[in-house]
Amino acid sequence: MEEMRKDITTDEQQEYTINIGPQHPSTHGVMRLVVSLNGETVKNVEPHLGYIHRGIEKISESLTYPQIIHLTDRMDYLSAHINNEAVCLAVEKALEIDVPDRVKVIRTLMAELTRIQSHELFWASYGMDLGGQTCYFYGLRDREMVLDIFEETTGGRMIVSYNCPGGVMHDLHPNFRKRVKEFLKHFRKVLPEYDDILTNNVIFRQRTKGIGQLTLKDAVSYGVTGPSGRASGFSCDVRKHEPYSAYDRVKFNEILFSEGDAYHRYLARMEEMRESMNIIDQLIDNIPEGPYAVKMKPVIKLPEGEYYQRVETPRGELGVFIISDGNKTPYRVHFRTPNFANLSVLNHLVKGFKIADLISIFGSLDFVIPDIDR
Amino acid sequence: MDKIQLGEFIKSLDSDLEIKEGKQFTEVTVMPSKLHSLASQLKEKEETLFDFLDCITGVDYGHDLGVIYHLRSTKYEHMVVLKTRTADRDFPEFDSVSDIWEAADLYEREAFDLLGIRFTDHPDLRRLFLDDSWGFPLRKDYVDNNIITW
Amino acid sequence: MAIKGMKYEEFGDNESLELLRQSGTNVLLTTIDDVINWGRKNSLWPLTFATSCCGIEMMQTGAPKHDFARFGMEVYRASPRQADVIVVAGTIVKKMAPVLKRLYDQMSEPKYVVAMGACTITGGPFALHSYSVVKGVEQIIPVDVYVPGCPPRPQALLYGMLQLQRLIETQTIESRKKRNVSHSY
Repeated sequence: MEEMRKDITTDEQQEYTINIGPQHPSTHGVMRLVVSLNGETVKNVEPHLGYIHRGIEKISESLTYPQIIHLTDRMDYLSAHINNEAVCLAVEKALEIDVPDRVKVIRTLMAELTRIQSHELFWASYGMDLGGQTCYFYGLRDREMVLDIFEETTGGRMIVSYNCPGGVMHDLHPNFRKRVKEFLKHFRKVLPEYDDILTNNVIFRQRTKGIGQLTLKDAVSYGVTGPSGRASGFSCDVRKHEPYSAYDRVKFNEILFSEGDAYHRYLARMEEMRESMNIIDQLIDNIPEGPYAVKMKPVIKLPEGEYYQRVETPRGELGVFIISDGNKTPYRVHFRTPNFANLSVLNHLVKGFKIADLISIFGSLDFVIPDIDR
Repeated sequence: MDKIQLGEFIKSLDSDLEIKEGKQFTEVTVMPSKLHSLASQLKEKEETLFDFLDCITGVDYGHDLGVIYHLRSTKYEHMVVLKTRTADRDFPEFDSVSDIWEAADLYEREAFDLLGIRFTDHPDLRRLFLDDSWGFPLRKDYVDNNIITW
Repeated sequence: MAIKGMKYEEFGDNESLELLRQSGTNVLLTTIDDVINWGRKNSLWPLTFATSCCGIEMMQTGAPKHDFARFGMEVYRASPRQADVIVVAGTIVKKMAPVLKRLYDQMSEPKYVVAMGACTITGGPFALHSYSVVKGVEQIIPVDVYVPGCPPRPQALLYGMLQLQRLIETQTIESRKKRNVSHSY
């Protein structure tokens, strides 16, 4: 018996590689993770990208500036308004146009509603990834109210293309104010339920507290922005540091924690939802009257030069870099997307944890894969 | 520091640099051979402290290939644009800055994938989105018969 | 509640069903066909496959407001071997095309394909000037139902799934055999 079992030792290192393939319920898109394991402990994670690489930057070199806005919608589809706003602000900065006050307030209101619905979807899918199917139903039920508000004004639920250089496409629907107030009243009542299900849940806390800690120095060096970076203490909110649209006239707090684990990344998003509701409260009753767009030339040509504009999306800082040579199509467009930068920290965070923790860390960083591949 | 003081300070680091006041930021053009030393000086010096790399963009200028770095300081909140270019289209090569800013790892892989620009001392320079047999799509002389235009 | 544009009485009928009954096929076979088709169409289980924006609208269709499950699509299966229908939601890119083909091959007969969204029908907003988008998913796998829109509303996707159910209802054992042959390419 002893001779037969000689070659099976318990302290031999057994490393093997598994593939969490492109089609998987919890990768939030198509990304392939090649995971090297030692038993159940993760040693290395290597993401393979390109399964949704549509070549948006190359396509943009053949399109006019209003046409590029329709493509940015589909890059990070959960922050469609904000992506559109980024390109519009870059074009307006280049042409040195000042948009009316009404436009600024409308853009800010839509951006904050977008932030709320994106964090709701994060809550729904994070709970579902960790096994709690109830979160999917609760989160998506409340998200429908925001999508109805969008659809009444813009015509589209998720893909909106409402902003255009110089203003917005058409004026707000007369019911907008009433619907937003109804939504806020309903959501404030429902948000403690969300806390009951996940935040105060002992299983959730054990699966997320102390998991995947990101220090402040690493967050700055790897370029992690958004709630994931703010949970580690990195103060990077573009709305505070470089205000655009109507953010200079509202008061809100920047949510910062110092622990940097998955639980605090989740908590940062829940608190951000409350701050967004406060911002909407301050603006919804005083939307200034006035025109909803500035008259622009039919063909928009930017003067020669380079323009860089930053905005704050629900996932981090989006930068739009346009190099123009004076024609109606740009020479080069580059999108600095937040998810692309956040991805670089994944390998650093999961070393030493188990596979189930890999799913938890991956969900807490809140990726949207088409934003990485563009 | 504002744009003009920043430009003067950077000029004092190395007199070969070309400093230009752009509409938004100070633009610094540097030779490829001095890129790495200037970048690490910009990060370490007390007066500038550029510790956040916003993005790395590869550009095809027609005859040259270039790379543009947007750098920002989290303490002083100023930004600077670092540019470099080379006329070698067959084997363009720059120094990698991934030992200075860890975020540069994926950005440089993307520049290699879409434009063919190589970076020396990069820990793992492989193609990111496309496979090895594809050309370099973002170059201006890229030809593909499958692309449909109007 | 009637689907807009189609009367409730007309929904249960189908011209080919009527023709079949009139042409006098074997009574025993038609009854078996009816029972089998009834079972199949009322419990189509989709595969979790979503590449981009249309995937979120598919998730919203499963959410409480426009519930998918009342039509029989109760659970989403993660493994292709256990799924009946694949709803291709999102752009398909040249790198992803062999993966999709492998998933389709792994599904067992009878299997159906619903092409959701403009990107899967012709390439969508990315068809022009793009170097890596597959212009329409029918270049890779055979499609049964096309649902246009960018992204299609949940009601549009539900209409598409109900059309798929009508399609299943009209199939007989002979036409299923023919269908398998016609899909070899």
